[in-house]
Amino acid sequence: MSNFDSTIFEPVIGLEIHAQLQTNSKIFASDPVLFGQDPNTLISPITLGHPGTLPKLNINAVNFAIKMGLAIGSEITSKQYFDRKNYFYPDLPKGYQITQDKTPICMGGAVKVRLKAGPKEIPFHHIHLEEDAGKSIHEGDNPYSFIDFNRAGTALIEMVTEPALHSAEEAFALVTEVRKLVRYLGICDGNMEEGSLRADVNVSLRKVGETKLGTKVEIKNMNSIRNIQRAIEYECFRQSEALLNGEQLVQETRTFDAHTGKTHSMRVKETMNDYRYFPEPDLAPLEITEKWIAEIKSKMPLLPWEQEAEFINTYHLPEYDAHFLAESKEMADYFKEIASKTKAVKAISNWLMGPVKSYLNDNHLEISQFPLSADRLAEIIDLVESGTLSHNLASHQLFPLCLSNPTENAIQIVEKQGWLANKPDEDSLHTIIEDTLNNFPDKVKEYHKGKKGLLAMFMGDVMKKTKGTADPKRLNQLMAEALENRK
Amino acid sequence: MKISTEEIEKIAHLARLELSNEQKEEMRSSVEKVLVWMEALNEVDTDGIEPLVHITEALNNFRPDEAKPTLDRTKALNLGPDTNDQYFKVPQVIE
Repeated sequence: MSNFDSTIFEPVIGLEIHAQLQTNSKIFASDPVLFGQDPNTLISPITLGHPGTLPKLNINAVNFAIKMGLAIGSEITSKQYFDRKNYFYPDLPKGYQITQDKTPICMGGAVKVRLKAGPKEIPFHHIHLEEDAGKSIHEGDNPYSFIDFNRAGTALIEMVTEPALHSAEEAFALVTEVRKLVRYLGICDGNMEEGSLRADVNVSLRKVGETKLGTKVEIKNMNSIRNIQRAIEYECFRQSEALLNGEQLVQETRTFDAHTGKTHSMRVKETMNDYRYFPEPDLAPLEITEKWIAEIKSKMPLLPWEQEAEFINTYHLPEYDAHFLAESKEMADYFKEIASKTKAVKAISNWLMGPVKSYLNDNHLEISQFPLSADRLAEIIDLVESGTLSHNLASHQLFPLCLSNPTENAIQIVEKQGWLANKPDEDSLHTIIEDTLNNFPDKVKEYHKGKKGLLAMFMGDVMKKTKGTADPKRLNQLMAEALENRK
Repeated sequence: MKISTEEIEKIAHLARLELSNEQKEEMRSSVEKVLVWMEALNEVDTDGIEPLVHITEALNNFRPDEAKPTLDRTKALNLGPDTNDQYFKVPQVIE
């Protein structure tokens, strides 16, 4: 919203980010955790909350939560237990959610984000473990809602920030960073469309310079990082308009409508809820030993910022390239796999940032869906680096041919195309160069008068005549010599 | 009075219980008796004693992360008050 004036009001924003853990089974039952299955096929008496059933804690849910805590520098709580949060909702079969209220598994920590103005550390209050609810499906004016319990009991971590964010940009950057982090850790697929990663946002405004917090609004149900940013921008605008008009804001829960870009009030009454938390008697308390934490630490994968540092320090790549390549673990791993096959690391990076990235963008693909193996791309890069093919020929002709036939060796494709046979030898390249220069006597004069940019035009003409097969480095040298001789 | 009728009404609402006026009074006096009885505990000096969360010594009772066969859907739905062939049905939930 353009009419929010940040010189009058300062937004105070806190995020609750929920991540579904990629465990094989649910947090308290052995039903598989899978997305997109037929409704009510991933259920058990425990999930349905039948009398007489007992929950039993999945050890990997605990391991994954500790991993996240260690990654952001949290303190791992040594003695913990679970609590019951009591409320009625059809997608919550037991009438309570098992969560951690008093003793969250991780306390504190921070995530560093990059903002236009520079880096900032966003502090976290805590991370706790809990179970997800089922899904309610509403069909227009059908007098029923339909309940699917497949998701009920999926392990979640809820990551709660301090109310320390002050713009939509910061929230956007934070969720982006958290999403990247959970993927690197392999604890959550980060798929926001499928709801594996979701965020609730608390927004309030206060006059610039004030320390007392204003009335906050909670926005729920956001399924993309872009929508989180839009919802905050809208809320800042709406709240500042209200405050400037002397209106009183109400503490409430609102939903964001992605079509209109606006937030709407929902169930004001439910903020009156009294959850009557008490310790969950059906689950034994936890004790997380130093030894256990050390074991998880020893198996931590490279984290995004460590990966970026490795690209800079070990691969000697520019910061820009390092940041691009470390954007996802899959991209980083793909780069490293190619780098184990060809030494031209900067060329690999250029290929990934250039033709590969364009291909992915054009086809709306992720790097994990890219058809070429690391071997194939290494072959293409080697053909260019050895001077066998020009970069132009490789990127505009060989690359698309490889993509349409990913199983064929790049060298075989080059042979089939006859590019090597057509490649001019030293003598014929000389002849073609002379021929080109003879065709443009005026341009040659201009070149000698200082219009050095014409070199590209001469080179281009030769490339056209050789169908792109001339070695650009050699051509460059020979062309320079030929021009020098005509002075 | 240890507990008021309003408090009983609030607790009944949170538990989704509908109580008649007689039942409310019955409930109030019975909860009051429990509270009076529990008050005896206040006589014990608990200074410096950690709150006891669980009465057993059980600790770290974990399950390995293994997915196992699930409950047959038809069987599960048969236990629901109202269903179709795929879902549990509830009165429409409007958000």
